[in-house]
Amino acid sequence: MGRYFAIRIGRAALTIVLVVTFAFVVLRLSGDPALMILGPEAPPEVLAAFRKAWGLDDPIWAQYFDYFGAIAKGELGRSMRDGRPAIELVLERIPATLALTLPAFFFKVALGVPAGIYAALHRGSGIDRAVMMTAVAGFTVPSFVLALLLVLVFAVQLGWLPSGGQDSWRHAILPIATLSLGGAAVLARFTRSAMLEVLGQPYIRTASAKGVPWRKVVTSHALPNAAIPTVTILGFMVGTLIAGAVVVESVFAWPGVGRLLVVAVANRDLAVVQCILLLVAMTMVTSNLVVDFLYGFLDPRLRSKGAHA
Amino acid sequence: MTPLVSIEDLRVAFNGVPVLRGVDIALQKGEAVGLVGESGSGKSVTWLAALGLLPRHAQVSGSVRLDGRPILGAPAAELDQVRGGRIAMIFQDPASALNPVLTIRRQLCEALALHRDLQGNAVKAEARRLLDLVGIPDAGRRLEAYPHEFSGGQVQRIMIAMALAGNPDLLIADEPTTALDATIQAQILELLSTVRRELGMAMVLISHDLGVVAENCDRVAVMYAGRIVEQAPSNQLFADPVHPYAQGLIGALPPLDGPRRRLTAIPGTVPDPAHMPGGCAFAPRCALVADACGLAAPTLAPIADDRSVACVRAEVSRRALLGIAAE
Repeated sequence: MGRYFAIRIGRAALTIVLVVTFAFVVLRLSGDPALMILGPEAPPEVLAAFRKAWGLDDPIWAQYFDYFGAIAKGELGRSMRDGRPAIELVLERIPATLALTLPAFFFKVALGVPAGIYAALHRGSGIDRAVMMTAVAGFTVPSFVLALLLVLVFAVQLGWLPSGGQDSWRHAILPIATLSLGGAAVLARFTRSAMLEVLGQPYIRTASAKGVPWRKVVTSHALPNAAIPTVTILGFMVGTLIAGAVVVESVFAWPGVGRLLVVAVANRDLAVVQCILLLVAMTMVTSNLVVDFLYGFLDPRLRSKGAHA
Repeated sequence: MTPLVSIEDLRVAFNGVPVLRGVDIALQKGEAVGLVGESGSGKSVTWLAALGLLPRHAQVSGSVRLDGRPILGAPAAELDQVRGGRIAMIFQDPASALNPVLTIRRQLCEALALHRDLQGNAVKAEARRLLDLVGIPDAGRRLEAYPHEFSGGQVQRIMIAMALAGNPDLLIADEPTTALDATIQAQILELLSTVRRELGMAMVLISHDLGVVAENCDRVAVMYAGRIVEQAPSNQLFADPVHPYAQGLIGALPPLDGPRRRLTAIPGTVPDPAHMPGGCAFAPRCALVADACGLAAPTLAPIADDRSVACVRAEVSRRALLGIAAE
C-alpha cells in the first residue's frame, strides 16, 4: 500500500515538472513578449531594456533554471503587464471560476450518474434511447455552440436571463448550464456502459441465483463495481475545476481564471500563463492521486497488488 | 409421489431463435441426475430458465413446478425465496462467479441472512461452519478475505458453501469442474457427493464429461439441440445406449477395460439453432436415418420402466447395438 502511493506521488511530481517545462519552452518559442507587450513600434533600446529587466536576454537554459529556482522558493514571477505578482492575479480570479465549476460539477454528477444507471437498468427502453440521444448530442455539440444556443434562446428570444457578465447570480445560470449539460452527457454515457459491463458479469447472476432481490443486486453488487471506472472520469472532472471553463468564461464574459489565461496567452504574459499552467497541472495531478487512492479503496484487487508490488 | 421438481415442455427462444425446444424432466427428492450434451444443447439454459435467471429478452414458456407449485413466471419475491432457499446453483467459472469487491463473509452472510433465521453472531458462526464444511482451512480468518485471494478450486468450494447456506433441496451444479485442474476436479466432485449424501440434497450435474456424470449420478439425461433425447439410469445408459446420438457419445469414449478399439466420432456438426432441420434434429448426422425421421420431431417415449428415448428408430438402433441383424 505504501509503495503503491510512493510510486504514484513520484509520478505526479514528474508530471508537474514536465508540464511546467513544456509550457516554458513553448511559450518562449512562440513569440517575443517584449514585442507583444510594447508593440512593434517601440524603440529598440526600450525593447532591449524590457528584455533585460525580465531576464529574456539570458540563454534559454539559464532562464529555465532561474525559473525553477524561483518556483522552488515559492516565487512564481510577476505579470509583465502590470508588475503585480502573477500568483495574486490568478488567485483573485479563482473564486469566480469556482462559482461556475463547483455547481456545474454538482449538476453533472446529480444528472449524469443517475441517468446512466437508469438507462443501463432499462436497456433498450424508450427512456434509455432518449437518455443516450441526449447524451450524444450533449457531448458532440462543442461548448461554445451550446453556450451560444442557450444565449439565443434564453437571453435573446425569451429575454429571461442575461447573456454575459457577472453582476448577479442570474448571470451564472447560463454558464453553469452549459458546463453541466456537456459533463452530465459524458458522465451518463460512461456510467451506463460501466453499469452494463458489470450487469453482464457472472457474479451478478450468482447474486440473483442466491435469491438476492433485484434492487439489492443493483445496489450492493453492481454499483460498487461500476463505481470503479466511473471514479476515473469523476477525477478528471475534478481536475478541470480550475481551468475547465476557458471557453465558457470567454463566451459569457465571466472574469475567471479561464479568461485570464486567454488574455495572458494573447499577450505572452509568461509568468501569468506559467502560473496558471502550474496550478492546473497541480489540480489535475492531485485529483489523479485522489482517484488512485479511491481505486485502492474501491477495488480490493488493486489494494493487494500494491502491497505485493 | 409428487416429484421435487418437474419441468414440462420448457421452451426458450432468444430473439425468436429457439434454443430450448420442449424439455421434460422430473426429479425426485435426494436424486442425482446428470445432464450431458454438447455446448449449446441447452443444458444450462434449462435450469437458468427454470429459475428465471435468463436475460429479459429471452422468451420462456412451459411449466416448471417445485413440489407441485408452479415457479415459472412466479412473482419476483416468491422466486427470490426459491433461488438459494430451495434450489441453489453453482457455476462453471468460479473466478468470476464471486463479487470481486465484497469479502467472502459479506457474500456468505448475505445468503444466510436471506434464507435462514439467524441473528448477529450466529450468522458469522454459521458462515465459519460452512467454510469448514467445504474444506477451507483457517475459516475464521479467511472470511475477511476477497475472492481474488483464493485459488480456483477454493473459490468453487466457497461457491458450494454459499449454495448450501440456504439449506436447498436441490443443487444445480453447472459444469462445476470444467474450469479446474484435473486433480482439483476430483476433489470438488468428491466434496459435492459428500455434502449431497450428508444433507440428503438432490443434485443436477450439468457436464459434457460423461465419465464425471457416470460416477456421480443415479440417472442421466442426454440433451441434443434443445431437447432431451434419452433418459436412463446411469449404468444402463452407458451399457446400452439407445438413441443413436447417445450411442455416438459413448462410442467416442475410450474403454478402460476390454480390448483396444477404434474410437468413433459422430460425423457432422450440431445444427444451427436458427436453421433446425424439420423432424429429428439429429437425423442429418444419424447412420440409421429413415424417411420417417424427417417428418416430425420424435417425442420422448418410455421404452422401459425407468427409461425413455426420443427416436423413431429406437428399436432398430437397439438391435444394431446388440449385434442383432436389423429387421
